[in-house]
Amino acid sequence: MRPARAHPLWLAFVLHRVSGLALALFLPLHFWVLSLALTQPERLNRFLSFTEQPIAKLAEFGLVFLLAVHMFGGLRLIALEWLPWSAPQKTLAAGAVSVAALISGAFFLQVV
Amino acid sequence: MGRDSDVLQVSVWRGASAQGRYRTYEVPAQENQTVLDVVSWIQHYADASLTYRFACRVGMCGSCAMMVNDQPRWTCRTHVRKVVKEGKVRIGPLRNLPVIKDLATDMDPFFDKWVTAGGVHAPSATRDEPIPPVNPEETARLEASAGIECINCAICYAACDTVAGNPDYLGPAALQRAWTLLNDGKHGARDQILDAVSGTGGCHNCHSMGSCTAFCPNDLDPMSAIAGLKRETARTFFRRRRG
Ligand code: FES
Repeated sequence: MRPARAHPLWLAFVLHRVSGLALALFLPLHFWVLSLALTQPERLNRFLSFTEQPIAKLAEFGLVFLLAVHMFGGLRLIALEWLPWSAPQKTLAAGAVSVAALISGAFFLQVV
Repeated sequence: MGRDSDVLQVSVWRGASAQGRYRTYEVPAQENQTVLDVVSWIQHYADASLTYRFACRVGMCGSCAMMVNDQPRWTCRTHVRKVVKEGKVRIGPLRNLPVIKDLATDMDPFFDKWVTAGGVHAPSATRDEPIPPVNPEETARLEASAGIECINCAICYAACDTVAGNPDYLGPAALQRAWTLLNDGKHGARDQILDAVSGTGGCHNCHSMGSCTAFCPNDLDPMSAIAGLKRETARTFFRRRRG
């Protein structure tokens, strides 16, 4: 039995959790690619030319979105828990997502 | 009674947690009827062995909470009209609590946590001392007053996914009670509350999902109360380390 969860704060929680997990999975991969600069510069070059593909740009958009959503979601949580706000937090949550979309969108437009 | 065609298909949980299952009953639809009316109709006219709880029928006692179409609700104040989908309603026992039989859950874990969270009032003065005045405008009193309308219905407890994932978690109702007492000028055991709510099952388990606040039938805000406890326990933690 599952209660209805389609309310903004629950969705904000899921978004925060999923983006956090995805970023945690991304980081080791990221460091591994960076380490190629020392161990296999050839391979790194090939990888870097692959990142010019539109598909890689799209993935970068996703990455920036995750980062932004996690950062603003985190700020929202800190504000919620550390500032004595009884204010409409749903609006804040929605705001966090929209700012994330804005930043990642701006980045996306800049790279294409 | 409505016309013959005006029949609700009501599936109701029968049995205990493990061997139970949903059984469907046909209940005459009325112009105005609450979910509790439907459950009562089934017990009166279809199956007298149906077990459920209610008392006041006006949203004061908090005993009639059930899962209605998988959402926790106070059934005496929930109109069938609002929840019915294509003539069907599904009624189950409250989530996150052991089922005794049918729609009656064992509320012991819920109330035990109430006590564990420091929810029992501790007097700060004896009867021989003058009664300290309570200023209703004071910030702390406003916080306390916000929480005292809780009717212990356990809807927040049933709605909370953190409770579902961690059986030791005290849950929104007990923590909100703790926050209320913490802000009550006449409560004499502030430190005990802070210790009780900062332990393993305490307020820091909360992920601020806000289902408690979203589902509370009395429009209370346990999520913010728990956030208050998080602030207060953290503040005390740093103060104690310094002191
Ligand atoms: S019967 Fe008392 S709250 Fe519903």
